[in-house]
Amino acid sequence: MILHPAYLLILGALPLPWLKQPIRSAWMLLLPIVGMVGLWSIPDGHYALLTLYDVKMELLRVDALSRVFASIFLVATMLAVIYALNLRESVQQVATLTYAGSAIGGVLAGDLLTLFVYWEMTGLTSVFLIWARRSERAYRAGMRYLAVQVLSGLLLLAGLIIHYRGTGSVSFNTLGLDAPGGWLILTAIGIKCAFPVLHSWLQDTYPEATIVGTVVLSSFTTKLGIYALARGYAGTEELIWIGAVMTCFPIFYAVIENDLRRVLAYSLINQLGFMVVGIGIGTEMGVNGAVAHAVADILFKGLLFMSMGAVLLRTGTVNGSELGGLFKSMPQTATFCMVGAASISAFPLFSGFVTKSMIMTAVAEEHRTVIWLMLLFASAGVFHHAGIKIPFFAFFAHDRGYRVEEAPLNMRIAMGSAAALCILIGCAPELLYGLLPYPVEYVPYTTAHVINQTQLLLLSAMAFTVLMRTGIYPPELRSVNLDFDWFYRRLLPATAGTATRIIDGARNGVLAPLQRGAATALRIAQTPLRAQGWLALPWTTSLMIAWTVLLLGALLLLALLRA
Amino acid sequence: MIAHLPILQVALPLLAAPLCVLLRSARAAWWIYLLASVAAFGSALLLASSVATHGPLHYAVGNWAPPFGIAYVIDAANAFVLVLVSGIAVATAIYAPRSIAAEIDPQRVYLYYACLCLCLTGLLGIVATGDAFNVFVFLEISSLSSYALIALGKRRQALLAAFRYLVMGTLGGTFVLIGIGLAYAVTGTLNMADLAQRLPALYGNRTLTAAVGFVSVGLAIKAAVFPLHAWLPSAYAEAPSAAGVFLSATGTKVAIYAFLRFAFGIFGAGLVFGHLPMSALILIVGTAAMLAGAAIACYQDDLKRILAWSSVGQIGYIVVGLGLASQQGLSAAFLHISAHALIKGGLFATAGIVALRLGTTRIDALAGLARSAPAVFVALLLGGLGLIGVPLTAGFVSKWALVMALIEADQWAVIAAVLLSSLLALVYVGRIIEVAWFREPPLLADTAQPSTPAPMALAMWGLVGVSLVAGVYAAPLSRAATAAAAALLGTAP
Repeated sequence: MILHPAYLLILGALPLPWLKQPIRSAWMLLLPIVGMVGLWSIPDGHYALLTLYDVKMELLRVDALSRVFASIFLVATMLAVIYALNLRESVQQVATLTYAGSAIGGVLAGDLLTLFVYWEMTGLTSVFLIWARRSERAYRAGMRYLAVQVLSGLLLLAGLIIHYRGTGSVSFNTLGLDAPGGWLILTAIGIKCAFPVLHSWLQDTYPEATIVGTVVLSSFTTKLGIYALARGYAGTEELIWIGAVMTCFPIFYAVIENDLRRVLAYSLINQLGFMVVGIGIGTEMGVNGAVAHAVADILFKGLLFMSMGAVLLRTGTVNGSELGGLFKSMPQTATFCMVGAASISAFPLFSGFVTKSMIMTAVAEEHRTVIWLMLLFASAGVFHHAGIKIPFFAFFAHDRGYRVEEAPLNMRIAMGSAAALCILIGCAPELLYGLLPYPVEYVPYTTAHVINQTQLLLLSAMAFTVLMRTGIYPPELRSVNLDFDWFYRRLLPATAGTATRIIDGARNGVLAPLQRGAATALRIAQTPLRAQGWLALPWTTSLMIAWTVLLLGALLLLALLRA
Repeated sequence: MIAHLPILQVALPLLAAPLCVLLRSARAAWWIYLLASVAAFGSALLLASSVATHGPLHYAVGNWAPPFGIAYVIDAANAFVLVLVSGIAVATAIYAPRSIAAEIDPQRVYLYYACLCLCLTGLLGIVATGDAFNVFVFLEISSLSSYALIALGKRRQALLAAFRYLVMGTLGGTFVLIGIGLAYAVTGTLNMADLAQRLPALYGNRTLTAAVGFVSVGLAIKAAVFPLHAWLPSAYAEAPSAAGVFLSATGTKVAIYAFLRFAFGIFGAGLVFGHLPMSALILIVGTAAMLAGAAIACYQDDLKRILAWSSVGQIGYIVVGLGLASQQGLSAAFLHISAHALIKGGLFATAGIVALRLGTTRIDALAGLARSAPAVFVALLLGGLGLIGVPLTAGFVSKWALVMALIEADQWAVIAAVLLSSLLALVYVGRIIEVAWFREPPLLADTAQPSTPAPMALAMWGLVGVSLVAGVYAAPLSRAATAAAAALLGTAP
């Protein structure tokens, strides 16, 4: 008897709207627990094999890699369910559970076709978490999100078809770029993983979701991508550079961004970059590090999003320029947020420390100095924008006079559990290491490593303090967007300025006319299609007959020419 | 008994029609139509299972041996369509009474059922017959009755829509007749099998190519293939809801079947696809159809019109499949014929329920529907996912088969168009869903909506449910479609 956790969550979500409280809450809490029991009672292996049009499918595959991802997804589901208990709206609850179920189904899929089915389902189910904000802005953001997700799915479909034609099999194992359809599948995964240039959907749409929605979204889609990358593309050289760019570029955006949930979205891309680098390295240490960091990231990024969600719930805003001094009214939320911040910044004894260091070590073992330095820079940057900026501007800084209630109990329980898990992983890393796909002989707590990291953090913190004290760091975030320009040009003199000018020039010279041209073309193309356009209006009978005659004439003429 | 089923299947609904008119009672007429459609469905199932085990069935009407008498021939291809058409007819019968009561003058209801009986007769006759002239006769029966059905629509635009359809439909019917006449002129026979035997000797004859041209264009009008589609959107949108369910699910599909039969069973693939550049033409027209139909659907502001325009696009998929003239392409076409019939029938049934509850099918009026009528909304959502071709729906199965067939034929541009039009489908379905789920209902909304009548809900769920089952357990349907394609291509064992 096999209990597939994905089916459990998806089917279990369907009766939710008809359940009354408190049975509904109990039911939602029960599902991930039963799912976890089900997952761990399945021995490693391949299940539910079936053949559809000569295509051999494998609906369920359990091995170390898929098991660790499925487990952390179930934990994230549990946390999200607790966090969402105060909701009275069934849309978001159903969407959360089906979305989580689809993501779990995806990591447990043994072939590309099954993966594709779940790949599309994650997009289709999660869009409701954005639409549930019920505003025109959210509708549009949701449509953009959906279009990108479906496009990713179509690319995957195209890639898998080519792969199938090339190899005669759809089984999902190491693919690499040389496999038939390898590039298409990598692009599809790259969209979900927010590769540079393919990333903009993430920070565009995540902050537009509901309070619960953003928390849930941050856990699954991107990590499903990371899983697929680890499964199919471990050791692909290009990924190292892609990942390194991902770790660095969001930092600049994150520093100037005012919406704190968007800051977190940027830092999500930055963290994904570390995982992509680890997978690109491809050694046992690298892949282990990437997987471990994905687990840690789901917990601490979820925690940070939860704390910002609580702030949004109580104050109605998450703009840095409008917040401040909340630690007096929301002391517990502030504490949890700082645990999350310490974890993402990789403080010793917190989860980020024991996972990120594996990736750094994997990079160092391969003697890739440039990459290592980029990651080091990114680590300092993370500490700055996620570790300090988020808690500082939300809970400290200027007191804006908010005297609000502490977050609801269920939210605090969810945040507390996530915080506890962050600390647990940080203090007892063996627990996590035991789950990883390859055996781990890595010891995170060596003197050199601890001192190294502490120095980095202290110096980074000192820089922030000095900048704050001397007034160079802009105190009011509303003006940061302008000031930051100046700020980084002073740090990276000249080069950055020139680069910006060139990019601006290119944008004005090439992109703007292109955009104008595209807009005009779209307008011209739309005109006949609109409800009042000539194509959509009912045609007159003479026009219809004219077309008929035209078609018949064309056919007869062609026949004449051929005969 | 089975031996007589081919004719009974067509004769029963034909006899039922005058009975409806004689009894002049709405209730009696409904019973007659229900019994006739159930009988037709039952015999279609029997025929299909008999064909599957014993091979094609031949029936000589009045015991006049073909090619002199009229023959009915049932093989895997038309058994497939017979089951589909008569099954939809049963669903329509269950669906109709409550919907009709709200939309048609009670004095005319018996006429409505009489027309439905005739329409069913015509469609089944086109499919079952083995005689080319008979196809024309039944085509006219089904067309004339469907003009009347559309003209019964509630709004005055229905009359104009029916008239425009009448002009185009008559033109199409006449073209088919001219084509058959030309083929008769060169061969002197009307029996399909006989024609198929004599025609290959005449390949290259100009009269014969003209016959192919007339028949193809005539049937393309009936099948609403872009750019000969213009009669369809207003006809389906203005028809009474119950007629919309039946016609949208069956009308164009049967015309496509008739084209398949003419192309493969009479003229022969060698002439139509080898001698004439029909494949290229069909691929161009089909690609244009799927893009234009889906794009225009995105801009419509009425649920029924969105569905009707989406039909124009979906016919493009079917046409592209048959244009490949390969085993895979034809089975994809058959798969999409059935998938689209079920999904679009289910969606028009949903639209009819919306019309009954809200009094209109305008998109703005759908605001808040998810809360006031969650079941209707879920059916709309599931049907919409099928139109997009999301995995686990019947729409995905047929699209997958179509894409596979296109890859086989190296038609990459068409594949891109299929994917693009799926994205467009996402837009128009997404818009319906978003309005129905997330928009606040207007303040002055009539809070006392009538509830969904159980029979209408049953029919809606029946159609949507079968389409989902066919999406999950795709094997039986795809086997049937493969057998149908093999029967047409003459490669059946």
